[in-house]
Amino acid sequence: MSSSPPVPRLQLQGITKRYPGCLANDRIDLSIEPGEIHALLGENGAGKSTLMKIIYGVTQPDSGSIVWHGEPLKMRDPAMARQLGIGMVFQHFSLFETLTVAENIALAMGSEAGTPKQLEPRIREVSQRYGMPLEPQRLVHSLSIGERQRVEIVRCLMQDIKLLILDEPTSVLTPQEADELFATLRRLAAEGCSILFISHKLGEVRALCQSATVLRGGRVSGHCVPADCSDLELAKLMVGDAEGLESSYPKVSGGRVRLRVDDLNWHNIDPFGTSLTSLRLEVRSGEIVGIAGVAGNGQDELLALLSGEVRLPRGERERISLDDHPIANLYPDARRSRGLAFVPAERLGHGAVPDMSLSDNALLTAFQQGLLSKGLIKRAKVLAFAEEIIQRFAVKTPNAQAPARSLSGGNLQKFILGREIMQQPKLLVAAHPTWGVDVGAAAAIHRALIALRDAGAAILVISEDLDELFQISDRIGALSGGTLSPLAATASTTPADVGRWMAGQFAPQAPHLCTGSSASSAATLS
Amino acid sequence: MDLDLLSNILFAMARTGTPLLLVALGELICEKSGVLNLGQEGMMLFGAVVGFIVAFSTGSLWLGVLLAIAAGMLLSLLFAAVALGFNANQVATGLALTIFGVGLSSFIGAAWVGKPLAGFEPLAIPLLSEIPLIGRMLFAQDALIYLSFALFVLVAWVLLKSRIGLIIQAVGENPDAASAMGLPVLRVRTLAVMFGGAMAGLAGGYLSLAYTPMWAENMTAGRGWIALALVVFASWRVFRVLLGAYLFGLASIIHLVAQGVGLSVPSNLLAMLPYVATIVVLVLLSRDAIKTRLFAPVSLGKPWQPGH
Repeated sequence: MSSSPPVPRLQLQGITKRYPGCLANDRIDLSIEPGEIHALLGENGAGKSTLMKIIYGVTQPDSGSIVWHGEPLKMRDPAMARQLGIGMVFQHFSLFETLTVAENIALAMGSEAGTPKQLEPRIREVSQRYGMPLEPQRLVHSLSIGERQRVEIVRCLMQDIKLLILDEPTSVLTPQEADELFATLRRLAAEGCSILFISHKLGEVRALCQSATVLRGGRVSGHCVPADCSDLELAKLMVGDAEGLESSYPKVSGGRVRLRVDDLNWHNIDPFGTSLTSLRLEVRSGEIVGIAGVAGNGQDELLALLSGEVRLPRGERERISLDDHPIANLYPDARRSRGLAFVPAERLGHGAVPDMSLSDNALLTAFQQGLLSKGLIKRAKVLAFAEEIIQRFAVKTPNAQAPARSLSGGNLQKFILGREIMQQPKLLVAAHPTWGVDVGAAAAIHRALIALRDAGAAILVISEDLDELFQISDRIGALSGGTLSPLAATASTTPADVGRWMAGQFAPQAPHLCTGSSASSAATLS
Repeated sequence: MDLDLLSNILFAMARTGTPLLLVALGELICEKSGVLNLGQEGMMLFGAVVGFIVAFSTGSLWLGVLLAIAAGMLLSLLFAAVALGFNANQVATGLALTIFGVGLSSFIGAAWVGKPLAGFEPLAIPLLSEIPLIGRMLFAQDALIYLSFALFVLVAWVLLKSRIGLIIQAVGENPDAASAMGLPVLRVRTLAVMFGGAMAGLAGGYLSLAYTPMWAENMTAGRGWIALALVVFASWRVFRVLLGAYLFGLASIIHLVAQGVGLSVPSNLLAMLPYVATIVVLVLLSRDAIKTRLFAPVSLGKPWQPGH
């Protein structure tokens, strides 16, 4: 080839992909140079995943062309993409937990590459060279999330890699781990590998990427150089209307203790799960406590113990108390009647029954709000209750009879949260309240939580989104390996501190929590 | 108990355990790839009757064995088409296959019930079969039992050492990831189901051509079901499948031996012994939750189609 300007490594021209009921990609153009780190920015549902699957050959576009090193081609399947030197690190890892690191890598590389045993020296060498140490013989299930990501990346690097696609790679990492990943990526780019970095976190895109393509609603809404744009400009490209998104809420200190978790120990019989050790935690009325942590560090277990899906024996019922009543041995309905409300992480199937109507879903947790009479359902009241939720929390749905599965993630989450808030809980436990929710709905959810806080409820938010926790919580801590860091006032804490806690760098909690100190420190700051 | 009796018990143990071992090895591969085929009993019976009819009509035992294998594979293909091709519920499809196999074998075998056949004879290997205690068990058996030894080694090697074993395990654990990696999930599963069918057919042929060379309705007597339980209780580990199958064989003949020496235990209780003993031992072995999780195929029985 003799074209005088350098040929881009990958060019997409007019890529269009339609799924039943939605246009996932609409005439998308994109170009990546050799050695460039290119960001693909966009909200959930903007079409990033579809585009990336098209590049990697998982799905085929309806129209448009893919040009690789100046030559148009048809990406048949992932095997072809890998052969060309395209590697991909999925958001939900495509690793096999019951196999070793070497076996996982050998599987992806084809039989020519050799047996897992023969690959071991090269795996060690590659992983060392890029600063991602790995032990090839370890079983994947025993690795941390960060280490699993290394396996995925090393798997790509074992081949002659020309383009590495990373799908939201930092969503599972602590801030420190993310910095290490960035160092590796910069080094790769310096060696000439192109990187397509998919994210919705503006800060890291600005720190890492030379150029960015922003998607909104399946279309390219702009190309830009991230370093030259402000957060607000990027957010506007992503969301369209950035009004009311940038909001900060005043930090407060709580009143009396509502939820007390005292030396909670729980042994998980699931060998791949996490056991909890000596958890101590207090949530006061009128405050939001945020708990950060990388997934799989005990969040699910703590949530199940708080909601009542998992219970402690009667003898240990004092371990969790609500308004000084021991509740650790109670079933969820008994806890709810004492004023606990719960918003689980999984919306469809846990927070709501997908095939049931919104009004029936409202009844499921709110039946104690006078919706029953002598064991019979008062239909009219249930419907009125559901319609009030829809109206008050601006849930976009045709009516209260629509099945839960027909709502978008953000709308369903508003409905579920609204259902709990309408019951005027004394304590609300919410898991990942804005996970997979668009920015507008997330802001609405945050406002609703703050309003509930200001009305005097105690709120515990467990989330992997550090930005969110810093925005809404008054005190913050982190779970790491089933232990909880000390809680500190958010106003006097930095994300780097919390990142260290997420990595387990904190002194074990003192045996007797000094109940006055955290409140007074928060008070002096506010 | 003298050495001779013990040697005889071991000899009979291998004979009784072999049909179970064959079916269970096939089902092991099938389940490792994520497919639960409850049609083992039906495929065994179909293999048994086809093998018997062919051997009886042609006079060739080996042709009988070959077609017994083919018969098992044929039924398993039916299962693969419905459960993998059309994505039907695997449990329902497997149950239907067993019911179908039982009926079909009775139907086509009706004219052959009770006919005599000279089946496979033991082939004692000189010298080796003279070894005390284990000589007869290992080296004085019929050809199909030697074949079962070879198949056990083959399956163990494939699962534990080969790339094919890795692929089967990967497909059974996470078909989505395997597919994203470019592995042909449905093809792997279909082949695994067919291997299971072939082994069930062979086990049926062993029953009607070697173990008790004759055809009788329902002659498998629930061995297909026991093999299914065996694979689960062996927590999908190949050596435990062998252990369980032989244990079952041992317990089956213990009750004959017990009657022989004049123990007065009700024979119904003794007939129950193999089932109870096998399950108790394997349950005790599978208490280690971590090990069980490591070997269990996570996506077992879940329908899967590409492109989701």
